[in-house]
Amino acid sequence: MTECTAITYTAKDYKSEVKPVWCPGCGDYAVLSSITKAFADLNLEPHNTAVISGIGCSSRIPAYTNCYGFHTIHGRSLVVATGLKLARPDLTVLVAGGDGDGFSIGGNHFLHSCRRNVDMTYVVMDNRVYGMTKGQPSPTTEADWDASAMAPPGGTGLTPFNPLAIALSAGANFVARAFAGDPNGTAALIAEGIRHPGFSFIAVMSPCVTFREEQRDWKNVVRKTETAPATDASEAAKRLLQDDGYNIGVLYKGDRRSYKPVTGTGKTVADLDAQFAL
Amino acid sequence: MTAANMLLDAAADAGYYALFGRSAGPQIRGGEAAALVRLSSEPVTSVDDTTEILLAIDWQNVHRFAAELPLDAKCVIITDPTQGDVPEVMAKSGARIVELPMKDLAKEIPGGRPNMIALGAICQLIGLPIDTVTEVLGKSLKKKRADAYEASVAAVKKGAEAAGSMGTTKRLPPVSDKPLRWSITGNEGAGLGAVRGGVTFCAAYPITPATEILEWLTGALPKIGGTFVQAEDELASINMCVGASFGGAPSITATSGPGLALMTEALGMSLASETPVVVVDVQRGGPSTGIPTKSEQSDLNIALYGMHGDAPHLVVAPNSIGDCIFTTQWAVNLAETLQAPCIVLSEQSLGQSRGIIPAPADVAFTGKRSIAQSPAEGETFKRYALTNTGVSPMPVPGTPGCQYTADGLEHTETGLPSSQAGDHFAQTDKRLRKLTGHEYGDHWATVEGEGELAVITWGSSTGAAREAVERARADGIKAKLISLRLLAPSRPEAMGKALAGVKKALVVEMSQTGQFHKYLRAEYDLPETQLLNRAGPLPFRPHEIHSRLLAMGGK
Repeated sequence: MTECTAITYTAKDYKSEVKPVWCPGCGDYAVLSSITKAFADLNLEPHNTAVISGIGCSSRIPAYTNCYGFHTIHGRSLVVATGLKLARPDLTVLVAGGDGDGFSIGGNHFLHSCRRNVDMTYVVMDNRVYGMTKGQPSPTTEADWDASAMAPPGGTGLTPFNPLAIALSAGANFVARAFAGDPNGTAALIAEGIRHPGFSFIAVMSPCVTFREEQRDWKNVVRKTETAPATDASEAAKRLLQDDGYNIGVLYKGDRRSYKPVTGTGKTVADLDAQFAL
Repeated sequence: MTAANMLLDAAADAGYYALFGRSAGPQIRGGEAAALVRLSSEPVTSVDDTTEILLAIDWQNVHRFAAELPLDAKCVIITDPTQGDVPEVMAKSGARIVELPMKDLAKEIPGGRPNMIALGAICQLIGLPIDTVTEVLGKSLKKKRADAYEASVAAVKKGAEAAGSMGTTKRLPPVSDKPLRWSITGNEGAGLGAVRGGVTFCAAYPITPATEILEWLTGALPKIGGTFVQAEDELASINMCVGASFGGAPSITATSGPGLALMTEALGMSLASETPVVVVDVQRGGPSTGIPTKSEQSDLNIALYGMHGDAPHLVVAPNSIGDCIFTTQWAVNLAETLQAPCIVLSEQSLGQSRGIIPAPADVAFTGKRSIAQSPAEGETFKRYALTNTGVSPMPVPGTPGCQYTADGLEHTETGLPSSQAGDHFAQTDKRLRKLTGHEYGDHWATVEGEGELAVITWGSSTGAAREAVERARADGIKAKLISLRLLAPSRPEAMGKALAGVKKALVVEMSQTGQFHKYLRAEYDLPETQLLNRAGPLPFRPHEIHSRLLAMGGK
């Protein structure tokens, strides 16, 4: 194939013509823009970039981009992406999805993807609710939330999952929090995550104005972190313990080597026959 | 097990063919185990009717194997008198009992072990030259442990000497030449078939009795520039394979029933998104955790019908240890050519048995994945274009202008999500006809012999069926063997030809509920049919099938 190295891509070049299924006011529109802006800022070639997702509102994202995409099944985006990245280390792989997809049905893969530390970036649009199925509590929903008919009166009573703490303890190499209402800031964090080697996890607070009307107020409570990213995991853990969930920015940047399976010693398939022949 | 492996190696060196299965309990390591060895001057693909020589080093927990060791009055049981009496369940067969004090004889040699006494005795009884055994010992021990080698040789010779007075048993026929043969297990064969088929990626999760496929590929794939990953579970392994395949790497995973159950959702995604993938299911006793270490042919239903929705896909099954190589290679080729998931139904008794088999031919298939090239300026690439064959060129990510989103959602020709009836009709039709319209050639089944009687079977039951058909022929009953390698899609036309002239058929399968028989009845026009079936793990013995054929043939 021929490449023209002089091409400079703009955010528009990564957008497809497909109209999103999202509700008006959904935070995911802004995250889509942030992703395409991050791609443009890094000048990635759309055909050498893959966007992989699971199932849910935010997981519709691949078809809205002009990259190679895979809209996989519920909870499995990270492992499909892992297979792709291991087979094709030359591609830039971005995984996108929601809190139910990533932390509930896909929870085990989240743990192991952090631990495996394959060089890819995971953007979770966290709105603390299952939107596509009309308003059930998710793993990040507040224990007392019962504004939906789908939630038990008084809420689930369950402590919400802390995705950043889990990512950190499971070994993610880059941990950040972003807010959809700050698309430029989010784009910068995504670009930084893509650039950082290993598994980068970016939790984006992305309001669901349909089922979580109150999340419109997030814009009034989020604040940009003043401190530089921790490079020491215990320091990052300490910050998380003092965190109220509304600090945005990079929490942690590690220096773990990203996972690469053993490959390549130039044998042929015929060489393998030899061990069986008598 | 060590002694049995040496017996196998010695027989292989002498020019024989062999089948070596093992039966072990649930212990993690060590403990009681039975080595089941059949040697012959002709290729062997089945166990025999009975056990000719049963040599018991001890009788610990023998009840666990008793059912797998059929005996009759023609058998010889060799027992160590210091290890207690021959259990009643064995003795009542009427078999001749011969005492061999293996423990005591071993003690007479410094460093001597009873299993080497046993090895010597067996070789003497069946007429395998002791030199071949000492040579095998030399290869494995001489360099590293000279003292152990000396002790083993002395013990083997002592055992042979002691067996001199045991009377005669059936002896191996002499072989004049040494044909080209391989020593391989079915699981190793599946691994080799995968790489022969072009697989460069495997993600898998350990599970008995499929683990040896992983084990072999872990070593082999990096050697040829491929990638092996141990995943966190079967959901991860199959999905990683789909991801790698999407990236252009032919991919395989291996598992057993419980893992296949976990993988079915992702297989549906592979099917709907037309991303090829191969899964080898080394079947074990089911349902649920079942009997992990033993064989059964009872995952047919889940392999055929496990996916939700209308889900045409490929299911193939090897019918011998050697065929694990061919069938897995074929599976990769079919999956890649037809951009569909392919399930390979192997079995514990094929996967974990070692065979000394005729050297397999190097097969080359012509089909491969159809790769899309960048479209001309101004043209839109259609990933799911409605072609004549139903197969549409698939791009390798990195190809400019071919970007598409693979999706489990129903989609249009360009790959955009669609819930419209017209798109669903068109795409479901495409995914079905690409499979049914493919030319599978003669590989769809192993068809042997001619006659008005036929045995229709699959998988590991094929070996016993083949011997039964041969015996029936010797009795003057002409019978034919039809062993299906391609289980889905069905091939009514090919089966029609294979059944031409057949008046009665006997279906043989190791499934309590007769899954294969029901599948045949649903898909094919069968003549008058009888069923010989049971749950695993006891393998069919040739005489069981032979006697049914005699009855059906009026003898």
